[in-house]
Amino acid sequence: MNEFIKNFAIQFDDTELSEFKAETNFRELDEWSSLISLAILNMVEKKYGVKVSFSDLREISTIQQLFSFVEKNKK
Amino acid sequence: MINNPFTLEGKMILVTGASSGIGRSIAIECSRMGAHLILVARNSQRLEEVLHLLHGVGHTYLSINLTSEDELENMVDALPKLDGVASNAGIVKSQVSQLSDRSDLEQIFEINTFSHIRLIQLLQQKKRLNKGASIVFLSSMSGVYCGAIGGSLYGSTKAALNGFTKALALELAPRNIRVNTVNPGMINTGIFDQTVLTKEQFEEDAKRYPLKRYGKPEEIAYAVVYLLSDATAWMTGSSLLLDGGYSVQ
Repeated sequence: MNEFIKNFAIQFDDTELSEFKAETNFRELDEWSSLISLAILNMVEKKYGVKVSFSDLREISTIQQLFSFVEKNKK
Repeated sequence: MINNPFTLEGKMILVTGASSGIGRSIAIECSRMGAHLILVARNSQRLEEVLHLLHGVGHTYLSINLTSEDELENMVDALPKLDGVASNAGIVKSQVSQLSDRSDLEQIFEINTFSHIRLIQLLQQKKRLNKGASIVFLSSMSGVYCGAIGGSLYGSTKAALNGFTKALALELAPRNIRVNTVNPGMINTGIFDQTVLTKEQFEEDAKRYPLKRYGKPEEIAYAVVYLLSDATAWMTGSSLLLDGGYSVQ
């Protein structure tokens, strides 16, 4: 999980690493944007081999939820 | 019809990526204009289905992987002399630059760029292009007229086709062979079903087009027919942009 948070956080340039916790609602971060959301989906596919669509992502708002989704769909 | 400048009557035309989307539409519209077609794609079952949609007779298909150098060479060996090529095969990839690596680049360039260029080089080397033939590359508005987030790789592959077109047009002009590109905006083909985007995102995006919708595959096919026909006998090295007005904004 810690590694997942780090991989998630690295997609942001200006948000402090300390702001990223499992329960962080990433949609509320100032830096959250459509560019970063695509980067997150690309990262998850590359690092964890799980294809997440924007439709899936829409149902997700915390890093924990995304992590659980990825774990569930890992092959 | 008497003296129709847009006819493809009797022309032998190769269409790659012909099993779906814009390629399938190109094949159908070319057959309506009287061309004999050779369809190329990987999936023979889908090619067979497209073959049944064609008008007229004398059409055939070859099922190959265009990114395989051996298969490509064997295919060109088996081809008759051509009057036209619609070089269309391609994939999309929605990926931000920061998360892309060499393998991503290689994957998309292999099919979207290298296979197109290698096809033409082999057609030249093996003398499969008739004098007066017309080559049309399916490029894009993306990478040439505008960009999109996640489209840096895709746009690069398409811009490369535009670059190749210009010098190739000069090198083939002495044989009266013409080379042009068609550059479409977003077309409803299903190709984007493979991406991560939602239906709502597409609907929202379509509203950004002055003509308020994405294009239809046949609207691109008509432009390809135009470039393959003798109506454009004095047109080479050019790009034909069809984007519902998107990039003038």
